[in-house]
Amino acid sequence: MSGHVVPVRVYMGVFLALLALTGLTTWVSYFDLGPMNTVVALAIAVTKMLLVILFFMHVKYSSGLTRLVIVAGFFWFAILATLTLSDELTRNWSPSPAPWSFLLPLIRGLL
Amino acid sequence: MEQQHQAGNLGMWVFLVTEIMFFGGLFACYAVYRALHLQAFETGSRLLDVRFGAANTAVLIASSLTMALAIHSAQTGKRKSVVMFYLVLTMILGAAFLAIKFTFEWRHDFVEHLVPGFGFEVRPEWGAVGQQVPMFFCFYFFMTGLHALHMIIGIGILTVLMIMASRGRFNEQYYAPLEVTGLYWHFVDIVWIFLFPLLYLIGGHYTMGGGH
Repeated sequence: MSGHVVPVRVYMGVFLALLALTGLTTWVSYFDLGPMNTVVALAIAVTKMLLVILFFMHVKYSSGLTRLVIVAGFFWFAILATLTLSDELTRNWSPSPAPWSFLLPLIRGLL
Repeated sequence: MEQQHQAGNLGMWVFLVTEIMFFGGLFACYAVYRALHLQAFETGSRLLDVRFGAANTAVLIASSLTMALAIHSAQTGKRKSVVMFYLVLTMILGAAFLAIKFTFEWRHDFVEHLVPGFGFEVRPEWGAVGQQVPMFFCFYFFMTGLHALHMIIGIGILTVLMIMASRGRFNEQYYAPLEVTGLYWHFVDIVWIFLFPLLYLIGGHYTMGGGH
């Protein structure tokens, strides 16, 4: 016998929790929370993902090596997302240098 | 046996990590373009039907449950008909997901001229951002399409498992193909768990012209 046998009632509990969270995220989306819309939706999605990974995918009962691979995978994705977004979302923070045309009157004066 | 079991699971997880990067790149891309064209993406999101998205989420979660129960019944040495019953149920739920996706949602989008490249029509009520709405639909069709492709592959693998189960290949000692396929199936479920809020919900269908 290898592998951990998860009791059926645990699976049922996770299933009901996932359904409840699906209902919650759908219900919440009818309210405008401003910037929190995305935060709340993603927080619920991450909670659901953790439930699936830990119980349906048996990671709660798996070896340390498997967990390390999974965490490394998500960490690598976090690097991808952070570097991409830190570039794209901060491009307008510093004023872009004025175009060369501002020098034109100066040059004309010299001529 | 214990080591074989762990090695099998680890190998599948290494594959799933490549899948995380595969879908992750798309999600990062979606985040960037959504930030750049927020209004257009919210307009596009409002054109999707939340009811179908939510129903499909429930269907997929149920299929994950039946997949987990199929593995559980093999682990606890249930008769092969029990394993096959749960596998068939998983396939039916997977097929139901695809049926809702294709026949209700995609066909509706096609009729409404919302498929880029297939007679997409920019509507006047979308205003100044109308020209950028097709970009949302490109993401929508590519991401849900790629997810649907994973589902189709998953149903194919489940068919093979069905044949193996019918020949009595699985028992308390040997159920590795079931468990590894389960990991894949649950992963595809997780992708949808993120696609649903990102495509359908955060666009904001609370009020027309609302948002932030």
